[in-house]
Amino acid sequence: MTRRVVITGMGVIAPNGNGLRDFELALRKGQSGVRYIEKLAECKFACRVAGAPQGVDALAEASFAEDELMAMNMSHRYGSLAALEAWLDAGFARPSPDSDTVDWDTGAIVGTGIGGMDTTGEKVIPLTDAGRVRRLGSTAVEQVMASGVSARISGQLALGNQVTTNSSACSTGSEAVAMGYERIRHGLAERMLCGGSEAASHYIWAGFDSMRVLNRGSNDEPEKASRPMSASAGGFVPGSGAGILMLESLESARERGVRIYAEVAGVGLNCGGHRMGGSMTAPNPESVRRCIALALADAGVAAAEVDAINGHLTATGADPKEVTAWAQALGRGPGALPTITATKSLIGHALGAAGAIETVASVLMLRGGFVHPSINCEDVHPEIEPHDASIPHTLRELPEMKVLIKAGFGFGDVNACLVLKKWQD
Amino acid sequence: MIDEKGKQMDQAAVMERVVKILTPWVKDEKALASVSLETNILEDLKVNSARLVDVVIAFEDEFDIEIADEDVDSVNTVGDAVNLITSKLD
Repeated sequence: MTRRVVITGMGVIAPNGNGLRDFELALRKGQSGVRYIEKLAECKFACRVAGAPQGVDALAEASFAEDELMAMNMSHRYGSLAALEAWLDAGFARPSPDSDTVDWDTGAIVGTGIGGMDTTGEKVIPLTDAGRVRRLGSTAVEQVMASGVSARISGQLALGNQVTTNSSACSTGSEAVAMGYERIRHGLAERMLCGGSEAASHYIWAGFDSMRVLNRGSNDEPEKASRPMSASAGGFVPGSGAGILMLESLESARERGVRIYAEVAGVGLNCGGHRMGGSMTAPNPESVRRCIALALADAGVAAAEVDAINGHLTATGADPKEVTAWAQALGRGPGALPTITATKSLIGHALGAAGAIETVASVLMLRGGFVHPSINCEDVHPEIEPHDASIPHTLRELPEMKVLIKAGFGFGDVNACLVLKKWQD
Repeated sequence: MIDEKGKQMDQAAVMERVVKILTPWVKDEKALASVSLETNILEDLKVNSARLVDVVIAFEDEFDIEIADEDVDSVNTVGDAVNLITSKLD
């Protein structure tokens, strides 16, 4: 059984905008959501800037019951808010907590890269080490279990199909979309809420700072800190937030008569096996090219048909290799490479949520016929410079855009690639 | 125990604080509106039984007392909680 899969709803909590409307406005304006974070200075991080969504607690308090909020850490709040927006955006009513009706045809794959580290750091470790385990209460487990975020959402929306959390480092969010697509395509679900959530927490970011993979040279200019494709890219800027997409079988969407944003035309998932230059922290370039080719083949889309790329592009030394891989995989050299942008230039790297938030951005761009500015690369990296004409330094209107390709490449040498098609009735 | 006004805390004062602590966990708002010492915490107020450990921790913090696990087993109603807390305050 092979069915077509479309996107009928989306939700987003991002450093530069909460909710689809504000997020799209920020994308169009090229507005950065990267800020100076006092806590990072206190903890003597070398990188003291990050992308953290603003005003989330007030949104959560307006949306969820008091007892539930007491068991919702930051990742749960981001993910639940984005899922609720996607649910309503897809034309569903919020189920009553008093109703025993379960939606057996809808599931959720909501991933996370790190998980409930804020709960672990603020509660579990200090109370346990102090011999006060009893004081942890009933809400610790559900906030630190890896699947906590998808479990939370399933209860809020009475989901009865598969509900799980995937984790594949920085490719998690894109992978979740690919996994949900497979499930619907094979007739195992009608709808899947897919995406990822990652908290803003110094405990999550500390190890990356110690690895020296974060930008430590832009603490006084937060909005200029995330510099994908730039010669002065000095490492990535940690980010956070959540993106959730409602994937739905075309039959179900037509039967419900709802708006369709885009089609998930094909996906590719693979791993480089930590060989051929790949490692725990670097992608095997051959696996990246293969992943892109797998997705195109799955979609039945020719490389020449790709109109835009939303890359993984983190603002590290991997950017030139990634751009080269795109050019090779698509067989499109300087002057012919599709428009290529980096959402991370605006929000930093949201780790397990990155692929999800960036896929929401990609669908908004496909639907709106634009590619958002890839900011902070006025000084294009010398190895990327031949492709400069493909980089949108300012908002690029592409009303004829039909195919956008999105990829995420994660620690562990894992890759996920999505081919998205504009929906035309 | 002496409350902030310097008076001996009576049963009504303890109950008021117990109800305040229970409130965020209560799923039946109507039962809360007519709460009495006889109100059953799980069956009437529909508090999720898994959350009772959080309620007990909150009691301990509010009244600066310690409640043993075996004491919790005998708490079914609001009155049971009030009596248990009052006994610890003596």
